Amino acid sequence: MISCDKAAHLCNKSQYKEATFIEKLQLKFHLLICKVCSVHSAKNSKLTSLCKQAKLHSLSKKDKAEMKKLIDKNIT
Amino acid sequence: MGIHQLNPNKWIDLYADYLFNYAVSRISDAEIAKDLVQETFFAGLKSAKNYKGDAAERTWLIAILKRKVIDHYRKINSNKGKAEVRMNYSAGSDSEGDWLEEQVADPFSNLENSAIENEELGSAIQNCLSKLPKKQNLVFTMKTIQGINTEDICNELDINPSNLWVMIHRARTSLMDCLNQNWFQI
Repeated sequence: MISCDKAAHLCNKSQYKEATFIEKLQLKFHLLICKVCSVHSAKNSKLTSLCKQAKLHSLSKKDKAEMKKLIDKNIT
Repeated sequence: MGIHQLNPNKWIDLYADYLFNYAVSRISDAEIAKDLVQETFFAGLKSAKNYKGDAAERTWLIAILKRKVIDHYRKINSNKGKAEVRMNYSAGSDSEGDWLEEQVADPFSNLENSAIENEELGSAIQNCLSKLPKKQNLVFTMKTIQGINTEDICNELDINPSNLWVMIHRARTSLMDCLNQNWFQI
């Protein structure tokens, strides 16, 4: 048996496909018997699919740092 | 002066991703979009003294970016002299003849709507992301949007994996709460 905390951790891990087979089994089993966690897990997967659907983009850290430098130069 | 004030030092952290998403969804070329965001910040700095404080900072910056996007399209069109518009109704070579079915709009198509919806969804997520604490926002963005693997993020930010998962968990939970009103129907 795993605790709800552990289940939440595994749930997040499986969202990024980093859970091992055993962990996935443990999670599935926990979701069968724990209503709260299964709702949380459903929401969590929904969030993942929404993020994928929205096709978000973001600037890398390096790009931002370069921009910041240029702006700082212009402020002074 | 209105109630709002400009704070250029925080622009990049607060708005760079938001503006970039806006630009990419209209330009669909990441490099050009990046340049436009950069130019927007410059233009914002230059005309900071004209800022009356009526609109929020982000609205003001988006308004500038909107002009930049329009200018960009004007420029590439004038370079060519005139925009060449080629219409080809029968796209596939194997579909010869005038098939009426291929030319009428599909009344059941929801492609157009879903594109609009996705854009709204994108800005809703960005909105919620910007409410997160800075560190959580950074970790979530790197992990989910840029898809960097756990080990690399840990190395770059100098944290250990369990630390990272706690931050991911908090970020996801608050994102769920934030998106709950608009997008979740569970």
